[in-house]
Amino acid sequence: MRGAKSAKWVAGAIVVALAATACGSGSDEGKSGGEGGSGGAFSMNIAEPKRLVPQAATESGGSQVLSGLFTPLVEFDAQNQPVLAAAESIESTDNKVWTIKLKDATWHDGTPVTAKDYVGAWNWGAYGPNAADGNYFFGTIQGYDEMNPVDPDGDEGPKKAPEPSAKELSGLKAVDDKTIEVTLKAPFAGYKSVLGYTVFYPMPQSALTDIKAYEEAPIGQGPFQMDGKWEHDKAVKVKAYADYKLGEKPKVDAVEFRIYQDQNTAYNDLLANNLDVVDQIPTEVMGTAPSELGDRFKSSEASTFQFVAFPTYDKKFSDPRVRKAISMAIDRDEIIKVVFQNSQSSADAFVSPVVGGYREGACGDACKFNPTEAKKLLAEAGGIEGNKINIGHNADGGHEQWINATCDQLKKNLGIDCVGQAVPKFAELLKQVEEKKFSGMFRLGWIMDYPSMENYLGPLFSTDGSSNYYGYSNKDFDRLVQEGREAKTEAEAITKWQAAEDILVKDMPVIPLRFGKNVFGHSTNVKNVEMNLFNQVELTKVEKA
Amino acid sequence: MGRYVLRRLLQMVPVIIGTTFLVFALVTEMGGDPVQNLYGERPVPESIRVALTAQYHLDDPLPVRYGYYVSGLLQGDFGTSLSGSRPISEMIADAWPETLKVAGIAFVFEMVVGVAAGVLAGMRRGKFLDNLVLLSTLTVIAVPIFVLGQTAQIFLGVKAGIFPVSGTNEGFMSYLLPGLVLGSVSLAYIARLARASVAENLRMDYVRTAKAKGLSPTRITGVHVLRNSLIPVVTFLGADLGTLMGGAIVTERIFNIPGVGYNLFKAIQIEDGPALVGFVTLLVLVYVVMALVVDLLYAVLDPRIRYA
Repeated sequence: MRGAKSAKWVAGAIVVALAATACGSGSDEGKSGGEGGSGGAFSMNIAEPKRLVPQAATESGGSQVLSGLFTPLVEFDAQNQPVLAAAESIESTDNKVWTIKLKDATWHDGTPVTAKDYVGAWNWGAYGPNAADGNYFFGTIQGYDEMNPVDPDGDEGPKKAPEPSAKELSGLKAVDDKTIEVTLKAPFAGYKSVLGYTVFYPMPQSALTDIKAYEEAPIGQGPFQMDGKWEHDKAVKVKAYADYKLGEKPKVDAVEFRIYQDQNTAYNDLLANNLDVVDQIPTEVMGTAPSELGDRFKSSEASTFQFVAFPTYDKKFSDPRVRKAISMAIDRDEIIKVVFQNSQSSADAFVSPVVGGYREGACGDACKFNPTEAKKLLAEAGGIEGNKINIGHNADGGHEQWINATCDQLKKNLGIDCVGQAVPKFAELLKQVEEKKFSGMFRLGWIMDYPSMENYLGPLFSTDGSSNYYGYSNKDFDRLVQEGREAKTEAEAITKWQAAEDILVKDMPVIPLRFGKNVFGHSTNVKNVEMNLFNQVELTKVEKA
Repeated sequence: MGRYVLRRLLQMVPVIIGTTFLVFALVTEMGGDPVQNLYGERPVPESIRVALTAQYHLDDPLPVRYGYYVSGLLQGDFGTSLSGSRPISEMIADAWPETLKVAGIAFVFEMVVGVAAGVLAGMRRGKFLDNLVLLSTLTVIAVPIFVLGQTAQIFLGVKAGIFPVSGTNEGFMSYLLPGLVLGSVSLAYIARLARASVAENLRMDYVRTAKAKGLSPTRITGVHVLRNSLIPVVTFLGADLGTLMGGAIVTERIFNIPGVGYNLFKAIQIEDGPALVGFVTLLVLVYVVMALVVDLLYAVLDPRIRYA
């Protein structure tokens, strides 16, 4: 009897549950229908932005929101070449003094955008004490050093860095309302491309008096304007700006940037059609996502470059043949297939395919998997000291799996012992490398700041490069990179840089491993979702389906 | 009673000073580089390192830094967070209500369902209901909360569409599923505690006496047994409320609730000392107050317990 009774209860519960389900899906349909109509709105995921000040937003969440609120001076076409956007013209006769003429535009509050708004914003970003993340982008402009004095005796010394002696860049002038003149420290042919980045957006002069208040609801000159204030940890809402004149108007009326703590949650919302765009499919679901999303599963090229570096102080790796042998013993395609579910691609050069001047297979045989050649080369070089190597990585970056897979391949293909060595945080790994305490190779990654070969070669491999942590130094290489910067034309510059890249192929200071991809997805409510080479969703192109 | 409460409140002062100092010291002594953590894998420009170091007194010795912190705290200033440089008091004001909503639902759920299930199971020991309660609570205890949360999200949120998948946009419904998930583990403990306690009390002499006097079974269990059985449960509930209000890192992350747990997680990740100390101070306060409330409740439940 008791059994029969509980069976009845179960049946009842199922009926209730089914009824509730029906209600649920019913109301969902109603909702998406309501959002449609003319233009409509769509939602996408972001991480909580650190700042919403253009000069201080270099991370993905903030720059994605700002890309809707602002229009850059230049944008990039399908071949990743700069095309004018907010600028009427950008010209230079000597690649050192650049004259930027602005198109007519208005701020979201209706006032006209002037050259002074650019100059004020850039000066704010370049001024050291403002601690803007994008500060270093202004380092090529004259007068930067006076605004960012260096600690005379290093971090450890007792002396403190002196107060900056200037508050404005001496190389930056507003000639008239519509003309900006930028004087660089040294000629740079590719400067036009640099100007496409977030930090070169203007800010209205009123913003600078109270930057904290400004960033709660930034006023820009872009296709979208803020709809209310930044709801911290929850959302940023923007709506189309009716008087937008600087380019194509958006196809939708509004965008909601929803702030997610976890990509997996965002992906679940996408599956339930509660969220329209996810800009990065989490690796955990990469295996199932293509079938779950079908043709709404998308990928495009990104600028990320992952590599393993050899510290020059570690004598174990001083023979380039050893470095080459290790590179040739790694089966990149296999690791990408198994560990990354094809969400990245094998690196065959020292610069990403998204920049002009990239040559397919520039790295040559050194980046091709060839275990027999690798073994021969290593034997020629007399093997590796101790027959054992380490690969260092930061434990908070999720690198363990591919590092271990790489080690397994090296063990198998070279017959040497290999151990992945985790250091808790990236900062700690860097510190150990800087103090020359870390022995072994270590992983690094790079995301470009502006689409140019120079942005890979300069910071990563020149002697005084900002991210050259491993101490690679080659005078010929430095000279070629500098000659490229000073070249009269882009084509001439690229020739120089390609010659520089060839030196890297010979020297193998690092092992190129993988190029990144944007792997993203969208709901059935939208179409035309594209991502650009700055890992941002192209907001003005998205349409309601 | 009044004096007792006062004494307990005064005891909170050294506890709070001690814990804030401890957390502060731990974050400092972690030896990490908070400025580099902010920048991820990008190089930190020298001028910015200098500016941030000065702003947050990063190169001063620990006692000096703690001094700055306490003097700010005494003026009601929790400081500013390293990430995004928001005032921490503002972050707490935003995060706290979110956590309270989830915690409230979890608390009501675990208390009502947990006590009811436990009492019923205790009264019908060895019967079907008892076994059902024991088995289901064992399952809940055994399954890690992130599995529970993700499973609930995928099946009830994504597949069935009964609950919103994540976020806080749909009012009460947004908080319901995270609340139920969060409360489920404690519920299991409470049910088991209440069951054992009721079963034990049912065998006591006073119950036999009450029966002999001819009291109705409802009055015996409803008034006498229940009141005596609830002391361990109340102890657990009090401590649990403190834990719940401290935010749930895992649950808040799965359901994207921008609460205390989320902020703690972020602060730990980048070694954001000021934010971490601010939130932990708050947690300590809540915990100490809850412990006091529980102690006072004992006296209500059991008149033999008196405080002076």
